[in-house]
Amino acid sequence: MTRKRRRLYIVVAAMTVLGLAAGLVLMSFEDSLVFFHSPSDLVEKPVPEGRTFRLGGLVEEGSFKKSGVEITFRVTDLAESVDVQFRGLVPDLFREGQGVVAEGQMNENGIFVASNVLAKHDENYMPPEVAESLKKAGNWKPKEDKQ
Amino acid sequence: MAIDLHKYANPTRFLRIANAIFPWSIVTTVVLLATGLYLGLFVSPADYQQGETVRIMFVHVPAAWMAMSVYSMMAVSSAAGLIWKHPVADLSAKAAAPIGACFTFLALVTGSLWGQPMWGAYWVWDARLTSMLILLFLYLGYMAVWGSFEDQSKAAKAAAILVLIGAINIPIIKFSVDWWNTLHQPASVATMDGPKIHSSILTPLLIMGLGYTSLFVTIFIIRVRTEILGRRLRMLRVNQLQE
Repeated sequence: MTRKRRRLYIVVAAMTVLGLAAGLVLMSFEDSLVFFHSPSDLVEKPVPEGRTFRLGGLVEEGSFKKSGVEITFRVTDLAESVDVQFRGLVPDLFREGQGVVAEGQMNENGIFVASNVLAKHDENYMPPEVAESLKKAGNWKPKEDKQ
Repeated sequence: MAIDLHKYANPTRFLRIANAIFPWSIVTTVVLLATGLYLGLFVSPADYQQGETVRIMFVHVPAAWMAMSVYSMMAVSSAAGLIWKHPVADLSAKAAAPIGACFTFLALVTGSLWGQPMWGAYWVWDARLTSMLILLFLYLGYMAVWGSFEDQSKAAKAAAILVLIGAINIPIIKFSVDWWNTLHQPASVATMDGPKIHSSILTPLLIMGLGYTSLFVTIFIIRVRTEILGRRLRMLRVNQLQE
């Protein structure tokens, strides 16, 4: 075996081991690497009342209500949904049917009290006219949020 | 394969090819960036959700592409340097690093400026943003390793090992938006079922991508040329001292 060949094997072996190690580490930290929990996650693994976490999903159509600075809406992943309460300003992209990530805690009534609301943008980019004609033609896909 | 690579690893031959490409790469950089910016900033429509803010993407997305592809190129180059000891391999990784770091920084800053109006936050610690910040630190660490060794061949070896370890981060950046949920949106261009961007917005984006690549080639040639000449100068000095 030439020295070049041997160095090639060493580099390939080292990279393979490193890749496997990184993969195992990432898999075991999966829970802390997710940015938010979906309403379905909460049904599966409820978060104790008073612990701060992020809740993500879509703002349910027709659920947005505003009274003064206090707003309420429902976050849904099209399977489960959670009521959210928030006092403050929401970002430009916040609207019904769009992705949202709220940071806060569950209260005793099962309502998520948010201290911060972020809008999540999806991967679709198009001019307004195209969006309009897609809607008219009935080709508008209801957005499924990535889990 | 190895013999073929060796041909280009010869510094003199490398310089000859690089010098021939150089004027063309300047021209294509200027033309592509000017066209891409004009189409992106003036001709392409505003987005149906984001409005005019979508235009930040024309600077941001290609910068992020380059940040990852320059690093991948450095990883391949460093592996070749470690295994075959090609004289140009380490130099080309060294020459590419500051350019890649600038692209990474640009992607982070423009992303942050987009995030504030769209998400409502300049920065969040989601998997995509965090892994991109780690990429910037890898670039800076790589440059620091080169600077901290007196012996250039030792520096090359240590730096190459660092790049290869850090290369694990590249697939993590790319797939972070698929493996975990993030605030950052999933891929729009390189997806299994085709681009999710309307052609009027996609065209300027791709032109900008080619423009950035061309800009990289231009700066890269200047930097490798300087590295090769610098090494020759050092060897001349050493020879002179020995005489």
